[in-house]
Amino acid sequence: MAASRRSPFALDFAQQCLGFVIAALFLAPLAWTALSSLKPAAEAALPPLPPWPSRITYETYQSLDGFGSGLVTHTANSLFVALGTVGLSGIVSLLAGYGFSRFHFPLKNVIFVLIISTMMIPYQSLLTPLFLILSWIGLSNSLVGLVLVYATLQLPFSVFMMRNAFEAVPREIDEAARIDGCGGVRILTRIMLPLVAPGIITVSIFAFLASWNEFLAALILLTDNKLFTLPILVTAVRSGQFGTVDWGAVQAGVTLMMMPCLLLFLLLQRYYMRGLTAGAVK
Amino acid sequence: MASPAAPATRKDTWKDKLRRSLRGEGGVVGQERWLGVLLILPALILLTAFFLVPLVMVGWMSLHNWPLLGRPRFIGLRNYATMLTDTSFWHALWFSAKYTIVVTIAIFAVAFPLAFFVERPRPFVGFFRTAFFLPVVLGLGSASLLWVWLSNVDFGLFSPALMKLGLIDRPVSWLMQPTSAFISIIVMVVWKASGTSIVLLLTGLQAIPPELKEAASIDGARGWQRFRYITFPLIRRTFALALILSVTHSVLAFDQFYIITAGGPDNSMLSAVYWIMNTSFVSFKLGYGAALSIALLAILVVLSIVQLYLLRTKEGQ
Repeated sequence: MAASRRSPFALDFAQQCLGFVIAALFLAPLAWTALSSLKPAAEAALPPLPPWPSRITYETYQSLDGFGSGLVTHTANSLFVALGTVGLSGIVSLLAGYGFSRFHFPLKNVIFVLIISTMMIPYQSLLTPLFLILSWIGLSNSLVGLVLVYATLQLPFSVFMMRNAFEAVPREIDEAARIDGCGGVRILTRIMLPLVAPGIITVSIFAFLASWNEFLAALILLTDNKLFTLPILVTAVRSGQFGTVDWGAVQAGVTLMMMPCLLLFLLLQRYYMRGLTAGAVK
Repeated sequence: MASPAAPATRKDTWKDKLRRSLRGEGGVVGQERWLGVLLILPALILLTAFFLVPLVMVGWMSLHNWPLLGRPRFIGLRNYATMLTDTSFWHALWFSAKYTIVVTIAIFAVAFPLAFFVERPRPFVGFFRTAFFLPVVLGLGSASLLWVWLSNVDFGLFSPALMKLGLIDRPVSWLMQPTSAFISIIVMVVWKASGTSIVLLLTGLQAIPPELKEAASIDGARGWQRFRYITFPLIRRTFALALILSVTHSVLAFDQFYIITAGGPDNSMLSAVYWIMNTSFVSFKLGYGAALSIALLAILVVLSIVQLYLLRTKEGQ
């Protein structure tokens, strides 16, 4: 009976082949863009078959560099925003996760639930007041303002993940440290930090990807060309805001935006999946 | 402390819990209680400044005629009255609803078979999982920009590729007609977002104890029956989670419509968020935009509550 349920070899083989075809469909757009970005500029406006460049050049990147304030500036803007968000939301959620896991104070659970429940509210509906608040505190049209907004958006998820990370550390470890005379802060920096490192990595990946890729808030909150992050810059190139639509430059921009995401994911897959499935398991 | 004579310890009611929580009882060393507050303070400040205050403000603004420049004027509920007769907004809501339904069904139609496919141990299964998931980590913005290029009639990939396969006989400008543009965006989102659902469903499938599947097959349950009575009830929780994520993202969709078709041929693809952004930052009617935001927020909260209820009924299984 068990044998009758096992697929025959031919069926297995067919399934396997189908799997490769589907995998190729999923990967093709990525590969096509990356390869096309290396084509000579003249080939960028030709049908993309075959996908490989006749010779490898960086002409599309050079032409992308000609838009706005140059590639270095806009990449630096994106990096500043992404790394700033990683740093700020990482530190804030590390502290909060420790606080929620190991200390007791009035209204603790109420505050925790409040923080988590903000996940239900879409930031898209808050952009108008955010725009006004940032201009009142003098941070409208600034990358720092964007970092503050992004870090806040990441907080519910980050605090939740960090609290779970601390909860996974046995309490005997703190108790032992306390008996040895360690205070709360020293326990965090000396003992806990390495133990919750996987949680920090997870929270950082999500913060990086979200802020590196974010489009709508950056579109609304940044008005100065010089401050555009990559998604806004490449959208402007594509819609012809700088005059001509240069498709080679768009391919270069898309490649530039997707590479860090793909690399980060391939290197740290394990931590990313942990964050993704935390909601499912819990 | 518990003497034998004491009544069996009563389970804490929520009132007890709240009382103890209010007093901050059960803490670590007493003098370190303030440290806990200090630790969560930065999170609380950020959240208040950039989430709670804006949330209150959006409600307050919705009661005003609030131009970008000039003085806001209190007009009570008039924005909401305007909304009721604003056909453009209802069109946008209807479009978002239509998009959400179509895209969610499409994503699950792709994700379900693929989740089963990568659940079974087979050669290259790790490669398949990674390949199906990889587009998820791109931004929606990057994916949309990539799609604009691939759909281009003159030098995109889709027309020549489909012509080579003999499916079409001349290049098609996918993004110029409402229907083909809509389909193109659906295909893009399915390509980009299915991976999330695949992984979530996979997690659910892997959590099913193998003995259960064996027992079912010994009892003679086959294909559909096994899915209907064994597998599906056990993955309903992860299914619901994947559903919530897909629905929420789709209701709030904006990037793909803005980037790929700028609202679509003949404004056929103005989503709800798109319309709110236009109202607030193109027409500069901030108060009215806020009222529309509140409406969208209310819809999402209702959707979330319905979905949480669906999640909760799963708990007992």
